[in-house]
Amino acid sequence: MVTAVSKAGLLDLRAGDVERCVRCGLCLNACPTFRVLGEEMDSPRGRIYQVELADRGELAIEGDFTLHMDRCLDCRACVSACPSGVPYGAIIERTRVATARPSWLERFLLERVLPYPARVRRAAGLLRFYQRSGLQAVARRSGLLEWMGLAEAEGLSPVIAGGESYDGEVTGPVRARVAFFPGCAQRVLLPELNAATVRVLRRQGCDVTVIEEMGCCGALHVHSGMREFARALARENVVKLEAALASVDAVVVNAAGCGATLKEYADLFEGEPEWEARAQRVARKINDVTEFLDDLGPRTELLGPLPVTATYQDPCHLAHGQGIRNAPRALLATIPSLELREMERSDQCCGSAGTYNLKQPEIARALLADRLNVIAASGAEIVVTANPGCQMQLASALPGRVFHVVELLDASHRARPR
Amino acid sequence: MDLKLQGALAAVVGEENVLADTLGRRLYEYDGGVDRALPDLVVFPQTRDEVVAIVKAARAHGAPIIARGAGTGLSGGAIAREGGVVLSLNRMRRVLEVDTELGRAVVEPGVVNLEFSTSIAATGFYFAPDPSSQRACTIGGNAAENSGGPHTLLHGVTVNHVLGLEVVLASGEVARLSVDDGGWDLTGLMVGSEGTLGIITAITIKLTRRAESVATLLAIYNDVGQAADTVSAITACGITPAALEMMDGFSLRAIEAATHAGYPLDSAAVLLIEVEGLREETEEDAERIREACVQAGAREVRLAANEAERELLWKGRKTAFGAMGRISPNNYVMDGVIPRTQIKRVLERIEEIGARHGFPVGNMFHAGDGNLHPLVFFDERAGELPRALAASREILAACVEAGGSITGEHGVGIEKQDLMPLIFSDDDLDFMRRMRRAFDPDGGLNPNKMIPAFHACTEIRADAALYREGL
Ligand SMILES: Cc1cc2nc3c(=O)[nH]c(=O)nc-3n(C[C@H](O)[C@H](O)[C@H](O)COP(=O)(O)OP(=O)(O)OC[C@H]3O[C@@H](n4cnc5c(N)ncnc54)[C@H](O)[C@@H]3O)c2cc1C
Ligand code: SF4
Ligand code: SF4
Repeated sequence: MVTAVSKAGLLDLRAGDVERCVRCGLCLNACPTFRVLGEEMDSPRGRIYQVELADRGELAIEGDFTLHMDRCLDCRACVSACPSGVPYGAIIERTRVATARPSWLERFLLERVLPYPARVRRAAGLLRFYQRSGLQAVARRSGLLEWMGLAEAEGLSPVIAGGESYDGEVTGPVRARVAFFPGCAQRVLLPELNAATVRVLRRQGCDVTVIEEMGCCGALHVHSGMREFARALARENVVKLEAALASVDAVVVNAAGCGATLKEYADLFEGEPEWEARAQRVARKINDVTEFLDDLGPRTELLGPLPVTATYQDPCHLAHGQGIRNAPRALLATIPSLELREMERSDQCCGSAGTYNLKQPEIARALLADRLNVIAASGAEIVVTANPGCQMQLASALPGRVFHVVELLDASHRARPR
Repeated sequence: MDLKLQGALAAVVGEENVLADTLGRRLYEYDGGVDRALPDLVVFPQTRDEVVAIVKAARAHGAPIIARGAGTGLSGGAIAREGGVVLSLNRMRRVLEVDTELGRAVVEPGVVNLEFSTSIAATGFYFAPDPSSQRACTIGGNAAENSGGPHTLLHGVTVNHVLGLEVVLASGEVARLSVDDGGWDLTGLMVGSEGTLGIITAITIKLTRRAESVATLLAIYNDVGQAADTVSAITACGITPAALEMMDGFSLRAIEAATHAGYPLDSAAVLLIEVEGLREETEEDAERIREACVQAGAREVRLAANEAERELLWKGRKTAFGAMGRISPNNYVMDGVIPRTQIKRVLERIEEIGARHGFPVGNMFHAGDGNLHPLVFFDERAGELPRALAASREILAACVEAGGSITGEHGVGIEKQDLMPLIFSDDDLDFMRRMRRAFDPDGGLNPNKMIPAFHACTEIRADAALYREGL
């Protein structure tokens, strides 16, 4: 039992967190940055030790210390690997409050744009610039997309101008009532993903409302050490989620990073028992879309064949952050004619990690290259994942061959002979 | 710090592969054990020739050289006790050759144990030594520590799976050793030498074919003694299981919290037993083992129904040590060996010693070969380390007294250096010192490890006598 001791450290850590590390090293090879760089400073064990030293004032909170903290992907692979239950996510996120130095552009985007849906729409161009990959343009060119009937979907979906609209209708009796959280940047970066998510939910018998008024969940802020700001967002969002939950059974999210953050809101309210409790109550109702659909049990008679070989890339914040590995695979298995070919180390980060690929391009490139190797070795034609960030990162190298699980379900719905 | 040496090393491997700053060095002051010491430099070679040049340069500057794999060692082997250069071999991780026809492979020392086996899974072969740290530790480290694992019972320890070595000696010469060479078994001598006789730069390992069939059983007991009795009972019926592991109730609860392997929380002990071989054979053995367990008093015996269940049972065991972090802020793991027949008695003794010092002690260990891993749980922040170490030493002395030894597989390193006189005479130790000098006249390779300084011995034996009297 770890007893709470009062912390007199320099970093705002939670008592007992770093002490939990027994330095066994079992996490080393799970860590993408250790695999690339091969040195303790960029391993989970080494980062925890540095945090411990810095907290005690034995390492300056600057220079190389900051560098090694910046290089962490916050991918949580170490959390899955650690038998000792070290809450690494909380350690790095709290440390980042002291180390992160967001650029003015990042600050502008995170503080002034993402929290406001209307501004997100107006800043679409800027966001696209930030995203770099030009995913949609390439998607349009792809023959595979067309073949799968997704091009049609894209053509049908209204041009994103002011306010998104969603199509699709509820099939059969209503099996659940859900609220869909559409995220922030992805509304303009991957509008067709959100549209597909709502269509799939409706097709599977869900009465869907979209929580339009909710902006950013704060995931990027938490990862960038902007905890204060994240807390403010969380407070607003908890209120909005409570309101939404009054009339639905669950809140569904299609971005693993957002889902993980929403589920962890309580950690932001340490020392505020009332908010902590409210956040926990809300968290219990947050569902990743794959988790939700798998629990609901998809009506397979609605699914048509997709004769394609696919490999699944686990998003970090789904597999390591939320412990969801099976649901997406189970959903893929329900699609007739689709053959799943596992890739090696499918739960290793692709290097996307929010804006990591912009800040640590070399490591991100190495991680992406590793993914491309194992994907090629799997022999699969397409890659499936369950998080917009991963989708864009992989698609930057494999244009037109990367899909979200719900996009495949959507395509499968369309492929059913009527 | 020696700037000239730093320059010389940078000339060999490039500046970016030498760590000389405080932050970098501090990150190499630990391993999986409790000892800490700051190296002067850390260097990352990528080829044998670089290792040769590094060894020559360091020796020319009189700096000690400490080989390091993944740093999962539990006895301080990779700690730069006398300062010097830590030679981190984890970036030498190429698989040089895999020959399934001859059943062998050649790997560089930094290849990670489990990743190697996974990478050749399609061939139906694997590397049999399976330390619980196998997803992190290196094959070089396994060879240097002569590591074992749960399946050592049937397959033997690392030395049984090393066919040859390429070693850089303290002089910078490269020696190629093979078990097929006539004369002395220098390969066998080098395996388990903990970096004191040479730096291993390539290992020829034996590949083992996966058994046709595996059966994994979990026997659950309400009484630790009954579990201990079962161990002897199983061997008595003439079966050598591939693995025979025991975990006491105390450890089980922590492991279960970490892995949800389905271990029963209310039991006093469980045995995890595995048999492998041809299908009919394993089925028959499994049935006979089940009977032996029940006869000894097991309240329930479960058989893993499929590979997923089997993996889950093992996952619990393999992450057990790490899971102990959940029980208390610190723990200290020992590595005593005792005759199988003494398990029950020694476990009682261990509990008594722990209680007397005021520490809970957990046990999860390789019961089949009598390799105990008692864990003393303590809180370093409360200043309990010295007392915990005292309790641990007393436990090891009890193992020796029961006719056993102070290390089964974790090596001697720093940790058990001064316990060596408990099992070796002055003559034995002197022989070891001379052997070491023959390889490394200046004592520059991993100095002040394994073999204690001469004068320490009498003192330690006197202490041990006191332990025996329970003082
Ligand atoms: C959770 C956990 C479970 C463990 N379970 C087991 C177990 O079941 N069985 C077991 O036997 N051990 C176990 N260990 C101990 C440890 O993992 C093994 O000793 C392992 O073989 C060490 O490998 P490493 O690569 O980490 O070596 P390190 O710790 O880096 O080094 C160990 C020793 O080997 C020397 N060395 C390393 N590489 C070389 C080289 N290339 N040439 C010469 N010398 C070298 C070092 O100088 C040092 O003395 C466990 C450790 C942990 C933390
Ligand atoms: S984080 Fe966990 S797995 Fe890694 S060294 Fe610490 S205790 Fe071991
Ligand atoms: S979060 Fe990911 S990158 Fe960071 S230490 Fe853990 S495994 Fe490594």
